[in-house]
Amino acid sequence: MTDRTTDRITDRTTDLPPEPQKADDALSRRDLIAGAAGAIGVAVAAGLPLVAGGQGAKAPAPAAPAIPPDPTKLPGKPTTQVGSRSTFVSPSRAPYGETVGNSRAPLQDLTGTITPADLHFERHHAGIPQIDPAKHTLLIHGLVATPLMLTVDEIKRFPQVTRTHFIECSGNGREAYREPKPEMTAQKVAGLVSNTEWTGVPLKILLDEAGAKKDASWFLAEGGDACIMTRSIPMEKAFDDAMIVWAQNGEPIRPEQGFPLRLLLPGWEGNVSVKWLRRIELGTRPWMTRWETSKYTDPLPDGTARQFSFDMDAKSIITSPSFPRTLTKGWWPVSGLAWTGRGNITRVEVSTDNGRAWHDAELSPTTGVKAPVRFTYMWEWDGKEAVLLSRATDETGYVQPTRKALINVRGIGTDFHFNQIVGWKVAADGKVTFHGET
Amino acid sequence: MRRALLISIVVAAACSAERGQAPSPSSTTGFSSIPARHYGLGRAATSEEIAARDIDVGPDGAGLPSGSGSAAKGAELFQQKCAMCHGPKGQGMPPAFPQLIGRDPKAEGFKFSTDFKLAHTIGNYWPYQTTVFDYVRRAMPQLQPGSLTNDEVYALTAFLLASNEVIPMTATLDSASLMQVKMPYRDKFVPDNRKGGKDVK
Repeated sequence: MTDRTTDRITDRTTDLPPEPQKADDALSRRDLIAGAAGAIGVAVAAGLPLVAGGQGAKAPAPAAPAIPPDPTKLPGKPTTQVGSRSTFVSPSRAPYGETVGNSRAPLQDLTGTITPADLHFERHHAGIPQIDPAKHTLLIHGLVATPLMLTVDEIKRFPQVTRTHFIECSGNGREAYREPKPEMTAQKVAGLVSNTEWTGVPLKILLDEAGAKKDASWFLAEGGDACIMTRSIPMEKAFDDAMIVWAQNGEPIRPEQGFPLRLLLPGWEGNVSVKWLRRIELGTRPWMTRWETSKYTDPLPDGTARQFSFDMDAKSIITSPSFPRTLTKGWWPVSGLAWTGRGNITRVEVSTDNGRAWHDAELSPTTGVKAPVRFTYMWEWDGKEAVLLSRATDETGYVQPTRKALINVRGIGTDFHFNQIVGWKVAADGKVTFHGET
Repeated sequence: MRRALLISIVVAAACSAERGQAPSPSSTTGFSSIPARHYGLGRAATSEEIAARDIDVGPDGAGLPSGSGSAAKGAELFQQKCAMCHGPKGQGMPPAFPQLIGRDPKAEGFKFSTDFKLAHTIGNYWPYQTTVFDYVRRAMPQLQPGSLTNDEVYALTAFLLASNEVIPMTATLDSASLMQVKMPYRDKFVPDNRKGGKDVK
């Protein structure tokens, strides 16, 4: 926990808070200056990077930390309309790119299994559209009895369900697979996955309302962003666990997550959970959109490319300890996340000797199918060099493969679905670095 | 009444995982058992409303509009509207602006899995020519999406296919001639054969 704080304080040195407005803020200003100087000192001493993940991450300007020497000796702050994080805690995503870009979730700063909505990873291909929910509609047409136009308010009147599901970009982990480097953070290695509670209507209910015809075998989902994103989805998924969601962690979905409506296809690659959803068309064959032909296909060593590879296979990553931490001798929780698009994680094993021996980790109670578990293995570090690995098994019996095994069946140049075992090397001086060559 | 009750039971059962009960295997957590019911929400969409959004073009040519354009005209348009991001020769500025043009001899064995530096250009990789038309029309140019006429989209499609050596640079494309084109690597795409279980695929 304390390391989380020092990791993030470094970001503040690049973006100092504004000058205080009033004379009676003088005390907090003095404390702020002292605090900022202290933060710089910590950063220099720890040799921490000023930019998380080396991706140009920049934390938002935090409020001035006015910390009294003894908080029990004066009244605290008043209540507020909207809460904020402690001034000692400022986790940030690592944004990359402008109109076409992504920003990774700070996995090393998160605990439990739920991702705060403002830290859920982003991926978009033509920027984040600004949409007035009162003007937004969803059109359902094609092989239906009645083409339907639904407002957002109307969609909210259908039966609601709330479920917790992860979304993972199928490009998550590409750099760590192709060119692993010691200075990669957990955020860099696997930050294109997040897990939140979603509320919406089962797509099946809307398809019944429109009267889906029996001969429909595929549907097209279309977003209302500037590339009018489209993906083709088999109808089996529409009648299984597909949802159209409008809320995330108890509040309306944020714009970067698809406000006001998003398709949610649990367990499948994130790209198919089309954001800013405005149209669903039922048909009899896939549309072969750009996103399911030139992208989101998996070249294989036999000179073919796998297409419509929707399922996300079992995967895990130790999020703590991770680069750039430094350990001291003694007990440490080796803790991380494990998830599978094929249902439930049934087992997570941790190795502290680079895969020679494996130990069952404790798993947190799951929050649902196709939702991650938090695993923990208590480890007493003796000061010798160690390599920490995690390995997940899912309910189908699938065991997360090594990088070598995955390269063997997919090749180094395969483009999506990187679920290889990864880990962290602990040097004799306690420095933790990424270990990707498993 | 009985039906409504059944629906609420099924919806509740589908949500049981959120109530602290152990979740059941994924195969039983879908919504497929929710009985059909008519709620009378929304309204019938008009054909004009559908036409305004439904601009997709399928691999069988369904949805292709009338109009035509030559590769020569497309070459001019490309320099005016595309080259600032994709480069004057379509070489791209990856990763934000992908390389569009180029037939690499190394692509002939479709060995993308062993060489991640091999560009997924239209000629090297894309299985369907209709995808070029569909994507250019819906999303390009990035700063003015939806601004191209159908003739311009045909011309740009013709130029992109010609510069990738799929059709001659003298070609003009319309809805019929576009469907005569076969992309070099169309047959390289295979369905997903992963199914979980012991095998790593």
